[in-house]
Amino acid sequence: MSTLVLMAHRDGHIIGSSARLISAALQLGGEVDVLVIGHQMAGCAREAAALAGVNKVLVADDARYAGDIAEPAAALLAEQAKPYTHVLASASCYGKDVLPRAAALLGVSQVSEIIEVIDEATFKRPVHAGSLIATVRVDAPKKVISVRSTAFEPVGEQPEAECIALDPYGETLGVQLEGEELNRSGRPELMGARVVVSGGRGVGSRENFALVEALADKLEAAVGASRAAVDAGYVPNDFQVGQTGKVVAPDLYIAVGISGAMQHLAGMQGAKVVVAINRDADAPIFANADYGLVGDLFELLPELTAKL
Amino acid sequence: MKIIVPVKRVIDHAVRVRPSADGRSVEAASATMAINPFCEIALEEAVRLKEQGIASEVVVVSIGEPAAQEQLKAALAVGADRALLITTEKALEPLAVAQVLAHVVAEEGAELALLGKQAIDSDDNQTGQMLAALLGWPQATFASKVVINEGRATVTREVDGGLRTLSMPLPAVITTDLRLNEPRYARLPDIMKARKKPIDQRELSALGLELSSQVELLAIEEPQPRQAGMMVESVDELLEQLKNIDKVIL
Ligand SMILES: Cc1cc2nc3c(=O)[nH]c(=O)nc-3n(C[C@H](O)[C@H](O)[C@H](O)COP(=O)(O)OP(=O)(O)OC[C@H]3O[C@@H](n4cnc5c(N)ncnc54)[C@H](O)[C@@H]3O)c2cc1C
Ligand SMILES: Nc1ncnc2c1ncn2[C@@H]1O[C@H](COP(=O)(O)O)[C@@H](O)[C@H]1O
Repeated sequence: MSTLVLMAHRDGHIIGSSARLISAALQLGGEVDVLVIGHQMAGCAREAAALAGVNKVLVADDARYAGDIAEPAAALLAEQAKPYTHVLASASCYGKDVLPRAAALLGVSQVSEIIEVIDEATFKRPVHAGSLIATVRVDAPKKVISVRSTAFEPVGEQPEAECIALDPYGETLGVQLEGEELNRSGRPELMGARVVVSGGRGVGSRENFALVEALADKLEAAVGASRAAVDAGYVPNDFQVGQTGKVVAPDLYIAVGISGAMQHLAGMQGAKVVVAINRDADAPIFANADYGLVGDLFELLPELTAKL
Repeated sequence: MKIIVPVKRVIDHAVRVRPSADGRSVEAASATMAINPFCEIALEEAVRLKEQGIASEVVVVSIGEPAAQEQLKAALAVGADRALLITTEKALEPLAVAQVLAHVVAEEGAELALLGKQAIDSDDNQTGQMLAALLGWPQATFASKVVINEGRATVTREVDGGLRTLSMPLPAVITTDLRLNEPRYARLPDIMKARKKPIDQRELSALGLELSSQVELLAIEEPQPRQAGMMVESVDELLEQLKNIDKVIL
């Protein structure tokens, strides 16, 4: 038994949930190696090498991998995966893009977004927007698994493990990076945040979202949103929490002007404490909250922010 | 340019699903069925590309029970030219679906496969990426904008932290995110016309493919319900709870 973990990174750092991903990998029981693919990755590799339990870090550093282009990354991952029994990645956009492609190159099925390891071949994963939990057993010669990192506790740190440079491998197939528009708010990233404040359609406009942001800043929280708020253009796409957005697991989740559709709940079920603020006492969100406060968000949010 | 749009028949997103009595599958007997919402978006994009004169033909294909005819008729009504139904009683895993689709794409000589990013029943998010790998084609997943020009696709993708734009030569696989477009509704005359369009229906076994079957569903259950919460009357009461009882804010 041995596991290769594909590490996602952003702006030269491994993503916040990486320590949780390693903890899922360690639960499988075998040795855990990490694969870092990208351009100018020295810092990332060292961060990965310092995660407790990592045996060694393989680093493929080349311009062809810039912009997280999936084609060469999946080819390299499939090649490097050969000696391992398990291949893991987080269910981040990067993991979702690259891992299934590598699985198909290896000719094996993938198990997506596991939330629990039962044994080295048996896993639990949510289906139907988290309304149901499936237990699946995978009988593939190599087990390729994406992980909902928020469901696992993070590992600590260790003295840096060995980093080994790999020769670049894999073709881009003519794919070119044309541009990026990345949001840099200075707030914590949604998936790793300790506190998340999310606004929904009830917030009403992009300008009004400042009320949500003010509360978030007081709490040093990340800002999230429902699909309705994103579709209406109040906030950028990648703020969306839910079945088809981000899955968060903060200590505190505050949902403001959000009705509580199944698809939204799917993204916040892992929160320890949920607070709902809504003017409709019958909103389904209240049945999924630890604390409910009925009232107008335009009065309650400023009061809450002021009293913190 | 011919476009293939794979569409999956799923339980409608508004249905509250439950496990079956034996805890081995999802209770679907009386549920309302629909086209997977992400496939609707893929279909809409394909139809728009045809309307702009960029695509010559839009072929929808579904793999599943014969009842998926209903979803294919709906797809024909919003502008697909032809429909293909590969019937099987067994639910296939994404790699097997991708294997069947790779066969269909090759047979049809399509230059673009437009899929949903995810099926809202199994929430797998794998098939498009696997299809691209099997065909050796480039992929653009989670698309929020697609432009096709002179044999290249330029696609804006939704990624963690924002948007990223890639360009790639055709043939290629693109999977759709929610904000790519807003699917149209079918007009009544088109629904009537679609009823008469034939669906090319074939048995999966007749394709002679050896399909992956490596994942077994052992059980399906409802998640642990969240402990009942309480209503608070004021901001002060809320803060009191969060600070002193749960200690989640300082
Ligand atoms: C395939 C698919 C995928 C989806 N994926 C997601 C997803 O990932 N994430 C997601 O969130 N949704 C998703 N959805 C959409 C989801 O079904 C709901 O439509 C959406 O979550 C509703 O957003 P909302 O709660 O903000 O809006 P609404 O349902 O309109 O609720 C607004 C709430 O605000 C309250 N309100 C209004 N004014 C005030 C006020 N002044 N003070 C206090 N309260 C007020 C109202 O009482 C109401 O409860 C998906 C849907 C589909 C079909
Ligand atoms: N049985 C099927 N028939 C046709 N297309 C499918 C089927 N299963 C999956 N797909 C396609 O693959 C996409 C992603 O599904 P998945 O990888 O299962 O989440 C869907 O949006 C469809 O476009």
